[in-house]
Amino acid sequence: MKILVCITHVPDTTSKIQFTDNNTKFDKNGVQFIIGPYDDYALARAVELRDQTGGKLTVLNVGEAETEPTLRKALAIGADEAIRVNAFPSDSLFVANQIAHYAKEGGYDLILMGRESIDFNGGMVHGMVAETLGMPSVSPVMKLDLEGEVAKISREIEGGKEQLEVKLPFVAGCQEPIAEWKIPNMRGIMSARTKPLNVVEAVSDEAATETVGYELPPAKGAVKLIDKDNVQELVQLLQTDAKVL
Amino acid sequence: MSILVYIEHAEGAIKKTSLEAVSYASALAEKEGKEVVAVALGAIEENELAKAGTAGAQKVLHIADEKLNAGVIQAHASAVAQAYEKAGADTLVLAKSSLGDAVAARLSVKLKAGLASNVVALPDEDGGYKVKRSIYTGKAFTSTLITTPHKILAVKKNAVPLKEYGGAATVEALDVTLEEGDFAAKITSTDKATGEISLPEADIIVSGGRGMKGPENWNLIEDLAKAMGAATGCSKPVSDSGWRPHHEHVGQTGVKVAPSLYVAVGISGAIQHLAGVNASKNIVVINKDPEAPFFKAADYGIVGDAFEILPKLTEAIKAIK
Repeated sequence: MKILVCITHVPDTTSKIQFTDNNTKFDKNGVQFIIGPYDDYALARAVELRDQTGGKLTVLNVGEAETEPTLRKALAIGADEAIRVNAFPSDSLFVANQIAHYAKEGGYDLILMGRESIDFNGGMVHGMVAETLGMPSVSPVMKLDLEGEVAKISREIEGGKEQLEVKLPFVAGCQEPIAEWKIPNMRGIMSARTKPLNVVEAVSDEAATETVGYELPPAKGAVKLIDKDNVQELVQLLQTDAKVL
Repeated sequence: MSILVYIEHAEGAIKKTSLEAVSYASALAEKEGKEVVAVALGAIEENELAKAGTAGAQKVLHIADEKLNAGVIQAHASAVAQAYEKAGADTLVLAKSSLGDAVAARLSVKLKAGLASNVVALPDEDGGYKVKRSIYTGKAFTSTLITTPHKILAVKKNAVPLKEYGGAATVEALDVTLEEGDFAAKITSTDKATGEISLPEADIIVSGGRGMKGPENWNLIEDLAKAMGAATGCSKPVSDSGWRPHHEHVGQTGVKVAPSLYVAVGISGAIQHLAGVNASKNIVVINKDPEAPFFKAADYGIVGDAFEILPKLTEAIKAIK
């Protein structure tokens, strides 16, 4: 079994989002970067499947040198090797093209990633990779079991869930509760230092979109506190002020 | 030229988010002097399709193939690509959703179209095609320049007003060719919570957290939700403990919501929860801890015991309904 897990390198959920250079660049100052939370679920399930079936688990990120600690963490969690496609991830189609180009020759049985990144929240890369490779795609996947060449999947739909069967290979966008997040242990951290982290150059590709600027939403006004013995006032405010009742 | 809108429906009822997408496309078409064509897949009544007309579509292409009743991503993408060609479109508009995202992604490759997701405003076409999008889970916006002739815009829920144009759309049947490979992912069963208001679609949501102390107290949340005509949600610890089903978990890794009113009861407001609700237009927080971080994100707040406040609030709501 050959599994490819694609991870994003994103600011921690608690990061204060700010921009510099006249709102044209993300301000990395004081920001801690992590494996995308949804990608963490994909990676955790991939480690379990690799342990069950044997084979090789490769983790891939499209990013510049600064993302290597994030890839090392994925190795510490249990990936066998890491690939960094050396490029700035300018848009989802560019990232998908790099992944598809790398995966094309790899003969992967399973390509997993998070349902979306937590920076641009597009949720598009898995579908783009699958379309480019001519594979089925399923997202958001909450449960994934293998029975030989067939994957049994539970997918979230609005107001419920759906069971699917799909033959390998395919691409999945994952979310909880597919697996419990794994925390690297000391042995994992030590062994990650010696596992291969290979850098490959990006294939040239014309971008379809370009980020031209950022802005922050207007500051939130202060909360209006209402006395607990006067819930009528809340109802009235929701009717007349907020106009939602 | 036309703008094609991919319409999603739940067992034959067009989703509000899809009507918002039609409204968005109509406003865009007015600006660009184009026609709006909607496409609907699977079993759906003609009078329901006509609703796309009131939201501004001139024409609806109906691909009635029953195999498309289920949301098989590849098959939907293939069918919509054929409708796009038939409509002579250069722009595809759709509502951002689990299925919409997956279909849009495949279409972006098929149509060689630049794609902008989480769109919150009409494009600024002064010196390029720039689209405002919500990013960092609502903590910022970005302006994205699309440089391809074909464009896909996935519109964020509640970001654009639902406008009634009052027109009538002509409905035209469309036959498409689908390959066996389009159905490689086979849907074997569907479990839908019946009779409940779907969380992603809800206009009002009442959510409970650990402060509710246990699943046996959820009737207080449900009573208020029923009085308000709201959907019910919960925080992550609540669904992790099995008090409520996972599909009710609101938050960054659960369902992200954007209702007109979000009522959070006994939820302290961890940043992961806030990330799932910060697109709500109004937030009410009920918590006995005055220091709960959720109060900073709230519009209205009550500091006090949920077990005392909820029954009173439910009665007060019932009195005005």
